Amino acid sequence: MPAIELSKAPQPASTNPEQIRNFCIIAHIDHGKSTLADRMLGITEVVEQRNMRAQYLDRMDIERERGITIKSQAVRLPWRSGIDGQEYILNMIDTPGHVDFTYEVSRSLAACEGAVLLVDCAQGIEAQTLANLYLAMENNLTIIPVLNKIDLPAAQPEKFAEELAKLIGCQPEDCLRVSGKTGAGVEELLDQIVKQIPPPVGDANAPARALIFDSVYDTYRGVVTYVRVVDGHLSTRDQIQMFSTGVRHEMLEVGVISPEPVVSKGLGVGEVGYVITGVKDVRQSRVGDTITTYHNPTTKALAGYKDPKPMVFSGLYPLDGADYPLLREALDKLQLNDAALVYEPETSAALGFGFRCGFLGLLHMEIVRERLERESNLSLISTAPNVVYRVKRDDGKELIVTNPSEFPDGKVASVEEPIVRATILAPSEFIGAIMELCQQRRGLLKGMDYLSEDRVEIRYTLPLAEIVFDFFDQLKSKTRGYASLDYEPIGEAEGDLVKVDILLQGETVDAFSAIVHKDKAYAYGVMMTSKLRELIPRQQFEVPIQAAIGSRIIARESIRAIRKDVLAKCYGGDISRKRKLLEKQKEGKKRMKMVGRVEVPQEAFIAALTTDADVDKAKAKK
Amino acid sequence: MVGALSPLSFYIHVPYCLKRCGYCDFNTYTPGELRNGGDLATVSDGYIDLIIRESNFVPPAGPIPTIFFGGGTPTLLEPLDLGRLLRHLENRFGFTEDAEITIEANPDTVTLEKLEQLKEIGINRISFGMQSSNPQVLKVLDRTHNPENVFKATEWAKSAQFEHISVDLIYGVPSESITDWRSSVETALSLPIDHISAYALIVEDGTKLAGQVRRGEIVMPDEDETADKYLLVDELATAAGLSWYELSNWSKPGGECRHNIAYWEGKNWWGLGPGAHSHMNGRRWWNVKHPNAYREKLSGQNSPMHEEENLTAEQIEQERIMLNIRLPRGLALATLSAEQVQSVLGYRESGHLDAGSWANGNLTLTRSGRLIADRIVREILL
Repeated sequence: MPAIELSKAPQPASTNPEQIRNFCIIAHIDHGKSTLADRMLGITEVVEQRNMRAQYLDRMDIERERGITIKSQAVRLPWRSGIDGQEYILNMIDTPGHVDFTYEVSRSLAACEGAVLLVDCAQGIEAQTLANLYLAMENNLTIIPVLNKIDLPAAQPEKFAEELAKLIGCQPEDCLRVSGKTGAGVEELLDQIVKQIPPPVGDANAPARALIFDSVYDTYRGVVTYVRVVDGHLSTRDQIQMFSTGVRHEMLEVGVISPEPVVSKGLGVGEVGYVITGVKDVRQSRVGDTITTYHNPTTKALAGYKDPKPMVFSGLYPLDGADYPLLREALDKLQLNDAALVYEPETSAALGFGFRCGFLGLLHMEIVRERLERESNLSLISTAPNVVYRVKRDDGKELIVTNPSEFPDGKVASVEEPIVRATILAPSEFIGAIMELCQQRRGLLKGMDYLSEDRVEIRYTLPLAEIVFDFFDQLKSKTRGYASLDYEPIGEAEGDLVKVDILLQGETVDAFSAIVHKDKAYAYGVMMTSKLRELIPRQQFEVPIQAAIGSRIIARESIRAIRKDVLAKCYGGDISRKRKLLEKQKEGKKRMKMVGRVEVPQEAFIAALTTDADVDKAKAKK
Repeated sequence: MVGALSPLSFYIHVPYCLKRCGYCDFNTYTPGELRNGGDLATVSDGYIDLIIRESNFVPPAGPIPTIFFGGGTPTLLEPLDLGRLLRHLENRFGFTEDAEITIEANPDTVTLEKLEQLKEIGINRISFGMQSSNPQVLKVLDRTHNPENVFKATEWAKSAQFEHISVDLIYGVPSESITDWRSSVETALSLPIDHISAYALIVEDGTKLAGQVRRGEIVMPDEDETADKYLLVDELATAAGLSWYELSNWSKPGGECRHNIAYWEGKNWWGLGPGAHSHMNGRRWWNVKHPNAYREKLSGQNSPMHEEENLTAEQIEQERIMLNIRLPRGLALATLSAEQVQSVLGYRESGHLDAGSWANGNLTLTRSGRLIADRIVREILL
């Protein structure tokens, strides 16, 4: 058996770098990464059969349910090569699989020398996988192409081997074929990892330099920081120092994950493990930063450190205003584990007290919202997501706008908005539909390549704001679910943008203001006013609903005054029934928000702020 | 018991119909729906004896001011049986001199002879379920009668010398135009009557109509059109000399239904029969709903009461506001708190509350106000 008993395997802090292989798995959601990882845990016998559970490495419920990895993990797997019979240590670094976490992915990749490119051979490569593959190639990683799910009846290994070969410049027969489900080909894959991926190289005698590729808050331990040692070594006796801030921390514990934490004396060159310093907030131990020792610090940081920059903003409000303190607490708690989440209090005339939150992207936003609701038992309303605008006024002053209602009312000299480079992979039959969609969303075609006979890669630049608003849902529905999307920010560009306000009986409802392109302002106004006309119940008086750019009204609807609100019959048994109905209606009244004199049910806010696609999603969940 | 000797009205429920109408969710059964099967005579056999038995649970009370036979279809029962019950009640409690005794009637199930018999046993007020004069509308309602029968029935009731004759109308029925409705009201007002009731059609859960609406086979009319129909009946009835004395009821002077007024004024009444509701001095209760369960209870000499509630002072006040606002005299502003008065000021400005009576310290609804009475009640109470 090529597995090695743990106690007999090379130990942390005393493993020769020549025996180490650091690799990650690049795969799309659903392409079987977690199942393959489970299989590797089993074959290397680091997890006993009876302790095995599905998706062993995915820690959060959300990760298991959605089949995505939000945080990375690093597992130390001892392996005796079937080729040369030697002992090796394989460090498998699990990477997040989504576009919002590109930066975290890039740091995970930087901790490896090689990557397993895992592709479902019934589906072929997806856009996000392709983006991560390019990232890995930029980092000079050795790529091992692997076709997964060869046991499926719909598998087309030949077709997708061609595709992969073309992408990474190898021969189709170089693609390994495995089944995470049955275990077929997995031992050979482990052997190939040893054979093809180079061992880490570093200077054991230089000042310590370790790359933080993940940082996780644990209720009991405080922050657990995952590192890859590049030079020197880290040991429990050290005081460590964060390069970017210069802050010093005591080292409380060093260890490796196998796949439960195992304490060690230290970590040497090329090794991957964790450190615990007693820090309580992941922002003090940031992904991408370099850890060195206080007594013998390095002068040269590892390349690539960046502060996470929120790209998408949305207001989060508790459904019940009394839950505001609870929401604050929940956000504080979440931030301990999410350095990319930013928020500040804001007040909306329509929604009350809440927070303006910044996210890396749409998935990040969804995950945060879901975690807040689930882990703190909150019901939330979120405003439509928007991006950050740089507004230059006529007087030369510049304003950063993260909330449409802060957009200046008067004339502005220019407005700049974030632009992304988007890559879409899809079957070629959908080219027309995709181009039409991108065109509508102010996209500029940058290029198109055929990956294989019938699959195509289309590249566009698009304003991020256009992607933030239901682009992905539209893309999926126009391509029957076959297209995949990846995007990365590439800068800002001036746009012909205006703020559209929605007025109820002459009063602006801040939650419905939006910054949109001038050509789309009218459509937005018409859509919102007619949606609200359906959603807001009739009142005692007529309620005009208007959409306006500044003082110019661009769309108008009105809710007619209510004329009939009475039950005609009221005899013997009706009396109790009617009184009980009244008591019930008391609850409904509590859920009304007043906009001027207009009563708006909370449901109307929620529905107006939700796209139809969201509604479908919510239904699908049930 | 306090007030045991204060006036007590009686409601008598007759839970039988030959056929169930598509919109109806009342507690009524066709012979086919009842376990013991058979024709109506078999089904209702001994029913009046059960009612008499329940009436023996009633504590002593003063002379009865009003009695109301409702249903179901009370005219399906033999007048002799109904008479037997009336004599029993009269012997136990006595009747006031001007006692009002009403029966609801299906125009299809009466003859001149039957009406004369009903008059003979002491019934002096009759209310016919006319609903509409338009055959198409009646068909949508699933009603069996021919509009012609209403003419005949009211004429017979007149010759049988009923003191008061009323018809019920339903508006807001799918397919009914405003012209259809006008002609129904005009037809009703041309009959020898002194009272009409008009109700907007309500789609009640669990009815055949609710199913048809849910499946999209029938589309309910626009609420505004239904509002217009209310205004029309109010206008036509007023022009014909009938004035509104409750939101859905109009009468010639002296033709008001005193039994119903007792409900709205929070008086005491005892409901006899399955599912019937009662009210005595702030306590409400209701009987077991199914005729077979009712029969079973009484056969064992048990009270058929199913559940009860004792109203709190706050609930009694809620009911007062909810019911009195439906009457022309409305609510005295002095009985409301400053906040409650404040909460409806806007309705005074918008013309839903009558300016003249407001100036005299009363909250009364105008025509348009009556149409949003429930909303105004919510404003005051919530």
